[in-house]
Amino acid sequence: MAELALRNLVKYYGAVQAVRDISLTVASGELLCILGPSGCGKSTTLRMVGGFEAIYSGDITIDGRSVVALPPNKRPTAMVFQKYTLWPHMRVWDNVAFGLKLRRLPKVEIEKKVGGALEMVGLPDTARRYPSQLSGGEQQRIALARALVLEPKVLLLDEPLSNLDARLRVRMREEIKRIQRRIGITSVFVTHDQEEALSIADRIAVMSKGVLEQLDTPSTIYARPRTLFVADFIGTMNVLDGRYRRDLRAVEVAGTRFPVADACWPDGQELRIAIRPEDLAPVALQTPGSFRGPVDVVMDLGHFHQVEVILGAGPLLKMFVPKETEIATGETISVAPARCLAYAGNEEPVELTFANQPHFTSS
Amino acid sequence: MAELPARLGAEIEYGIAAPKGGVWLGPSGGETALRAVLIILKWLTLVALAIFILGPLIVMAIWAFAGQWTGTSLLPQVWSLKWWPDVWGLSGITDSIVLSLQTATVVMLLSTVICLPAAYGFARFRFAGRQTLLLAFLAANAFPKFGLYVTILTVFYEINFNDSVQGIVAIQMLETLVFMIWIPTTAFQNIDSGLEEAAIDAGCSRFGTFMRITLPLAAPAIAVAMLLSFVAALDESQGTLLVGLPDHITMPLIMYNAVNSYAQPEGAVFALMLSIPSLLLLVVAQFLARGRGVRILGAS
Repeated sequence: MAELALRNLVKYYGAVQAVRDISLTVASGELLCILGPSGCGKSTTLRMVGGFEAIYSGDITIDGRSVVALPPNKRPTAMVFQKYTLWPHMRVWDNVAFGLKLRRLPKVEIEKKVGGALEMVGLPDTARRYPSQLSGGEQQRIALARALVLEPKVLLLDEPLSNLDARLRVRMREEIKRIQRRIGITSVFVTHDQEEALSIADRIAVMSKGVLEQLDTPSTIYARPRTLFVADFIGTMNVLDGRYRRDLRAVEVAGTRFPVADACWPDGQELRIAIRPEDLAPVALQTPGSFRGPVDVVMDLGHFHQVEVILGAGPLLKMFVPKETEIATGETISVAPARCLAYAGNEEPVELTFANQPHFTSS
Repeated sequence: MAELPARLGAEIEYGIAAPKGGVWLGPSGGETALRAVLIILKWLTLVALAIFILGPLIVMAIWAFAGQWTGTSLLPQVWSLKWWPDVWGLSGITDSIVLSLQTATVVMLLSTVICLPAAYGFARFRFAGRQTLLLAFLAANAFPKFGLYVTILTVFYEINFNDSVQGIVAIQMLETLVFMIWIPTTAFQNIDSGLEEAAIDAGCSRFGTFMRITLPLAAPAIAVAMLLSFVAALDESQGTLLVGLPDHITMPLIMYNAVNSYAQPEGAVFALMLSIPSLLLLVVAQFLARGRGVRILGAS
């Protein structure tokens, strides 16, 4: 049980600021995902916690004690790497026992702990084998066992599943989540896969260009992305240009007016309107407060259909509808949003909900 | 050495496979005939290569046991072992063997100790002048060495390094540095630095990580480099001659003398004696490079 805190962490590579003033706290037993596109500084942040990258300024504490002065071999952290990094000249047993032997534990205890760790990852029979005789998924599970057997205070996972194929990735992330919850270890999981993050994280830290964009629970991140970057990065999102008209007390988007009761924007404020595809629904033609346009594509995504509507010369509007809904390609339809988020500059978004629409989400 | 013909043979075989598509050979009968011709050509090439490479060695080996071998006879008329005691009886022979093995061993160990840390540095760190420095180790082998040796000798006279074991060791290391830098550098580069990070993460010190992870993984390549160094030091004669004269005479130097001044079979006996350790070590090196090395590198 340990609490990890990063305070005003900064990292430079040459003149490039790779990590810009990151502060966050991971509660005891929590699994925090750092999510972002490649090059956003997420792995660098993790490696700074592990001690593999020096920090420029800031502080990292575990249970209130600063660890920045400690080399990686003295930190109470354990890392699971993307490329498994099992030592090919050692059997599985020796790989897992490596750190325990360094700590000069009695032989009986090493035996017990290694056995327990292999049991925990579900591979008790692989002890005598060499890593090259295991599949990628098995190797990564051994790597997890090797990290956990040392009973670190904080477990660090650096894109541990990205070398695995899609099906195995889903199974492994469930397993990691299960093990993490059972032993209650404070964990930081770095990934570029938003689905992975949404499915296993207690909280997600979204990073972009070295900046922490948002730190929230998966459902909040999804429902109320605080920046346009997060809105665009997480899930599918329609992002449209809009403008606030004080005289009409409405927001104009793609030629359609949406009434807004009490906005604090100045007249003519440029807005970016973000609408989730599932917050859109077809309505009767010409309904006020709806978009109108021809259907470009209807895609069968299994449990629902994705309909793409062309808005004038502008962007495509993606909408998820139940698969029973009968919409044909080329047909002109009207589509109304139940809710959307309006972003003015760098301010916090304002959530707009629209009454008298047939479709509501429970937000 | 034995590997070379086999590889060439494989390439010829690959050459046969190309017309199989039937671009310029329609009927399969013609194809079979061509195939046969090419197979014969392949074997002829192999035999020619074998004669070219092994022939002189075999002739030399026969000479070492020839009592009388004259005219156009394929084999000696009389076989004999009499040259062997003669060679053993030469003055300074045991001294030269001891000196040779000693210097070769010292050269091998010293170049290992000096070069391994350097090779690790070349493999793991990016620093200014890295590429230039790496190439500089090749430079010594890129020019005719005799001029270099003479220049070095004048320096050695100044510091009393001529006619000494230290001088011989120093001059032979000129040969071995290149193996001991380049081969281990490549070996270290092929080891994923993540393997080292994982060990450090598990609580191992940097030095411990090098000893427990990096060195074992690079061991086959390092062993090969060490053996090549040993053989190179054992065979070196030009520089050794200049630096070692008049009192420090190694095996190759005695051999030159024997070839020039004594009956032909004595030179052959000498050459054979000198070849045996080299050949044995090369076989061991091949075994290491293919067996363990490939398995470990393949697994990582």
